[in-house]
Amino acid sequence: MSNQINFTEEQSMLLDTAMSFCQSHSPIETVRHQIENHKFDAEQWQAMVELGWLGISIPEKYAGLGLGLGEVVPIVESMGRNLMVSPFLASTLATQVLVHGDNENLKNKYLPNIVNGSIATLAIQELEGAWDINLNEALGKREGELITLSGTKFQVLDLDVAEIVIISILLDKQVVLICIDQKEIPPENIKREIVIDETRNSFSLDLNGLKIQSSALVKLKDLKVIEQSALLLLSAEMCGGLASTLNTIIDYLNTRKQFDRLIGSYQALKHPTVDILLALEALRSHLYYTAGQFGDGDSSDGDLEVALHMCKALASESFAYAGDRCIQFHGGFGFTYECDAQLFLRRAIWSQYQFGDEKYHRQLLAKLLLDECA
Amino acid sequence: MSESKKDLEEFQREISHWLKANKPADPEFLLPETFMEVGTDRQFDFLRNWQQKVYEAGYLGMAWPEEYGGRGRHQEYQNIVNREMAEQRVPFVPNTIGLNWAGPLILQRGTEADKQKYIKGILNAEDIWCQGFSEPDHGSDLGNVQCKALKDGDSYIVTGSKIWTSLATYAKYMILLARTSNTDSNKYAGLSFFLSPMKVAGIDVQPIKKLTGEYGFCQTFFNEAKIPADCIMGNEGEGWSVAMATLTFERGAAGGQAGGLSMMDLNVNDIVELAKHSRRNGQPVLDDPLIRDELVQLIMDDRSNRLMSSRSRIPALRGERPAAVAMSGKLRGSELKRRMTKFAISLQGANGSRYVGSSAIDGGRWQRSYFNSFSATIGGGTSQVQKNILGERVLGLPKS
Ligand SMILES: Cc1cc2nc3c(=O)[nH]c(=O)nc-3n(C[C@H](O)[C@H](O)[C@H](O)COP(=O)(O)OP(=O)(O)OC[C@H]3O[C@@H](n4cnc5c(N)ncnc54)[C@H](O)[C@@H]3O)c2cc1C
Repeated sequence: MSNQINFTEEQSMLLDTAMSFCQSHSPIETVRHQIENHKFDAEQWQAMVELGWLGISIPEKYAGLGLGLGEVVPIVESMGRNLMVSPFLASTLATQVLVHGDNENLKNKYLPNIVNGSIATLAIQELEGAWDINLNEALGKREGELITLSGTKFQVLDLDVAEIVIISILLDKQVVLICIDQKEIPPENIKREIVIDETRNSFSLDLNGLKIQSSALVKLKDLKVIEQSALLLLSAEMCGGLASTLNTIIDYLNTRKQFDRLIGSYQALKHPTVDILLALEALRSHLYYTAGQFGDGDSSDGDLEVALHMCKALASESFAYAGDRCIQFHGGFGFTYECDAQLFLRRAIWSQYQFGDEKYHRQLLAKLLLDECA
Repeated sequence: MSESKKDLEEFQREISHWLKANKPADPEFLLPETFMEVGTDRQFDFLRNWQQKVYEAGYLGMAWPEEYGGRGRHQEYQNIVNREMAEQRVPFVPNTIGLNWAGPLILQRGTEADKQKYIKGILNAEDIWCQGFSEPDHGSDLGNVQCKALKDGDSYIVTGSKIWTSLATYAKYMILLARTSNTDSNKYAGLSFFLSPMKVAGIDVQPIKKLTGEYGFCQTFFNEAKIPADCIMGNEGEGWSVAMATLTFERGAAGGQAGGLSMMDLNVNDIVELAKHSRRNGQPVLDDPLIRDELVQLIMDDRSNRLMSSRSRIPALRGERPAAVAMSGKLRGSELKRRMTKFAISLQGANGSRYVGSSAIDGGRWQRSYFNSFSATIGGGTSQVQKNILGERVLGLPKS
């Protein structure tokens, strides 16, 4: 495996733009306001559309910019830094299914709309909470040209504002994806869920009785595309979140005094904070290495798989650790809802358990790294 | 001066070929793992010969000025040599204190006469250097050292002692931090820095047995030793700032080193290979999920260190704390090595209790390596002190 990070001109420019965009559009008061109101910020979304961000990973022939998902990383990282509330993550992930899928009609129908701001989302998770998409149990039953669905999906992000919904189901004993208009779903089948990270707009989706056309089927060469895209973008968002958690800790350590000294002078606080710094430096290095490898998203590339598992393992462990310490280092104030530490810890835990925690990814790494020629 | 990719690639082949052809055969005795553990004459002679050979072939001090004995080439050439030496597992070059901290310091702050006098001997290993900073009562608290140097005509008279002095038995010179004045209210203000000769009356070197049972570092006693006044670097009272500059070189946070390898490289792949062939309680160790998990974490951390170096070369990705990577290099590298060697012992079942000299696995290499790994987590500023430095200088936290 190479140790060289490939960082493109485009990534560099996007990083600059995204950093300042997210900073000005998502100060912490805005985040808190959105948590309370669950109101979609159409203006902010439109601004992102105009920046071309929704089309970055979409090929030019469908009106996108034709870059890779690696170019989306600086944007998502910047969003993570500012805990931005946005359907961008969910929509970009769902987009990957269409981009890498085989259904030309659906690509033509949806991708140009996505570039112009139509929101898409993925409905994969089920009650069991398994990470492996191959363990899905929601069923599709063929009846002529129609497929009748049964089962329930959970943790479907931004389903209230999504126009396009991509759902994984078991059809003919195989997990496949279907892509439908959100309008086809009766409103009573969509219920808001409470999740640990209140910046997430999360829903359950009751599939029972839905009938869809078999033309809505999307076949992927390899289902791994979904997991891989999710690991990359989640790690990016977590890397940004980790950086802000660190800054939040440092601010407090440099202002709060006890025993007539700034608490940052105590090594019991200083040394773990340095550990968090080093974890951030490591994660960010892995992240941009992986982003540079993502190029064409060839899911069969073993190096890319290793890189992605490493990213998510490191991100999960270090962000959760930083969030945990961030609470503790704020003392009694850290126990309050008012203290921002909880926002980071909630974000960290939510992300840690999406698409596999550190133990899960290390287990997969062990197989890839230790068993290949045993 | 920018070097073409083609030239560098060609050079890479050249050095790779040279090292293959000239790498000395393993001697019949155990070599030390770092310059801090050179304990016997035959170890020292072997390593000094190797350094001479590397220097004469033109592969040491490549970016140092030609007029003093360097090769006046672009730093990138030396970097290639360093990497290739690590890769090919050749022995290290022993004059580390000269090559990597005294040398760059002299080039940066020394007089013209200093450069003429010292640089060549550092490179060809004629003149071995040691470092007299730590004292029995003051190690981490370096600013408090008490060894005295009092001006007497054109000499200084030095009295006191330095401890943990690596290479002192072989050294011709010492970078010495001593107190020239006791009257200052500020402990740092009374310190001065010397390029002191070692072979003078009144300086005695006493080897100290290390935890491995071998010798390595020494205690150096100064009993009214007379050293020339002009070997002071800078002025009286400027010793602390020179010492700090030295430590920046020592911890690898500033460039300018002559290069070469200063310790045996331990690669995580060595540990993976070991694990693939090890058994614990009748089972291959790689069947044990806990062992697997620990090994994967070591592999990730090793990779983190490599990727961090790569990222720190990309300006747009250095982030808001650009010094973090360089300043944490010693901490990350030394702690990882300690964990790797400790882990290696855990792969051996009851044989983990054996040691060098009995029929230990790999001749007891791992047990010895684990002990020796503390040289770098303690020497050059302990890991705890490194964390203070990172917290204060990189994160801007208040002093402890
Ligand atoms: C193999 C080896 C080679 C060496 N070679 C040389 C050499 O060539 N020349 C030379 O001058 N020195 C050398 N040293 C000495 C080395 O620099 C010192 O040992 C080191 O700086 C620690 O000082 P100390 O031994 O006095 O330990 P102490 O300072 O007494 O430390 C004891 C413990 O307290 C901790 N501690 C101390 N202060 C703090 C603090 N402020 N915050 C948190 N924890 C703290 C330390 O981390 C350590 O765990 C060498 C050491 C070793 C092990």
